[in-house]
Amino acid sequence: MSDIPQRQAYGQALADYGDKNQDVVVLDADVSTSTLTSYFAARHPERFFNLGVTEASMVDVGVGMALIGKTPFVNTFAALLTLRACEQIRTCVSYANTRVKLIGGYSGVSDYKDGPTHFATNDVAVMRSLPNIAVLSPADNREAAALVPLVAEWDSPVYMRISRAVVPDVFDASYEPRIGKGVVLRDGDDVALLATGSMVARCISASARLAERGIDAAVVAFSTIKPLDGDLVNATARKTGALVTAEEHTVMGGFGSAVVEVLARLGPVPVEMVGLADTFAETGPDPETLMDAWGLSVEDIVRAAVMVLGRKSHRSNR
Amino acid sequence: MHIHDFGLLKEIQEQAAHIRRDVLDMVYRRQAGHLGGSYSAAEILASLYFHHLKIDPSNPTLPDRDRFILSKGHAAAALYSALARRGFFPLEELATWGKLGSRLQGHPDRIKTPGVEMSSGFLGHGLSIAVGMALAQRLCKERFHIYVLMSDGDMQSGVAWEGALTASKYCISEATVIMDFNDVQLDGPGHEIMPLEPLREKWRSFGFSVIEIHGHNILQCLDALDMALDIHSQPTVIIAHTTKGKGVSFMENTAKWHGAVPSEQQYIQAKSELSGVKE
Repeated sequence: MSDIPQRQAYGQALADYGDKNQDVVVLDADVSTSTLTSYFAARHPERFFNLGVTEASMVDVGVGMALIGKTPFVNTFAALLTLRACEQIRTCVSYANTRVKLIGGYSGVSDYKDGPTHFATNDVAVMRSLPNIAVLSPADNREAAALVPLVAEWDSPVYMRISRAVVPDVFDASYEPRIGKGVVLRDGDDVALLATGSMVARCISASARLAERGIDAAVVAFSTIKPLDGDLVNATARKTGALVTAEEHTVMGGFGSAVVEVLARLGPVPVEMVGLADTFAETGPDPETLMDAWGLSVEDIVRAAVMVLGRKSHRSNR
Repeated sequence: MHIHDFGLLKEIQEQAAHIRRDVLDMVYRRQAGHLGGSYSAAEILASLYFHHLKIDPSNPTLPDRDRFILSKGHAAAALYSALARRGFFPLEELATWGKLGSRLQGHPDRIKTPGVEMSSGFLGHGLSIAVGMALAQRLCKERFHIYVLMSDGDMQSGVAWEGALTASKYCISEATVIMDFNDVQLDGPGHEIMPLEPLREKWRSFGFSVIEIHGHNILQCLDALDMALDIHSQPTVIIAHTTKGKGVSFMENTAKWHGAVPSEQQYIQAKSELSGVKE
């Protein structure tokens, strides 16, 4: 599946799911050929609503549909959805607890060619702070597609971020994601790499490089950032004693922050966070090169693992 | 036309007077709330809740019930009074407004309060939500009508006009917008803070059918609500020209009474003036 972008896997899965669930309605803000809700539009035109560049109103229209019992998937670029329509989401989705499914396309820096105005690098931080909303970030196409029915059937609002890019396959065909549950992809005793979204595949690559250096790194994927699988975070921390978090997002308030919030309560271990620093990054030639240039490379993960192992051994030697 | 239905008109007028008295007591007791915008909406709310809306307080979740959204959520006290008097919850519960554990929040909360269809507070949301309800209804078998009460403050927000664009695109005639146009807002006269005029022309240019009424005239409220149901080719807005603080002399047309709390002396005077409105 990794030959198609994640947005395409999502768009096709949504159209397919629309065959099975007649309550699904899809809204988009003039970017359906980008988010690829155009597949749903072509197959279910009577349940597709293109509302033009009215992001804030679009969220409220979705709210109205949810109040009548429909399951609205509200789509646009993640930055527009979570920032321009933030108050609509806060008041009418989060506070009013309406079953609106917010899908943020072009997440992270995946819209490499359009540059920082179009990047969504704090969407998780914003959405994670809103009560009632589950926050999801699938690692690959299979997971993105498999989450569509779960998102629809989840009995409260959901925010799911979807990459514009082609992301490497992580899961095999037997994998069935569950909202609220992380999954161990590779066992390891020395250090654990905890990742979400596009960084899961990069952590798998990093674990191989670490193995070459004799470092046994676990890889744990979290497609649900909220409600975070705190039990798995805690068990992993207890087992390895050192964690690296990795996300295509700022390190301020995102997935890594969620992990350390759990650890602060249940018992801290050394943590290094891989993500964007306090920056907008820049336009790039392709997503991979851009991520590599701005602190999200496999080598950045390896370096963080080595560093956190140093802190771990320093701690145990005290 | 309701012109000969004197009993009905009198009943609604009495309910509007009850709403005003309830709101005065609620705001004074709580030492917080919004009198001015509650009073400008009293006849509109009474016309809806005591005649026009197809609702059943004993079955508040019937799928084919009419929906009412108070987009101007700061008139929460007036809505709570109407809901209690219509039988959605006990009248005595109005005294709990704003207390810890109360089902009555500062602004409407659809989760906590029976009969509240949608939470509201910040202005601008109601029209787009009503459009969403109308579009969803087209995919359902149930038939109902949606009402949204907007303020002039609502119509200063960009999101409200985005909703108007969408209502027009989809010819939303399943929803009626009622605009409580009292021309006074928190900081001063609406026409000074952010002018909306020419308002009729704005709505028309957005594709709406416009009905203008005197919003404290119950006969006009009822007739306009009926007229709107007969317009199927385009969305309809009822511009209800109203008086902020209507019914209490010293509150009328005064921005201060958007959110002020009366002193004891003012409370006594207001109570006295409102008791005279009864018949």
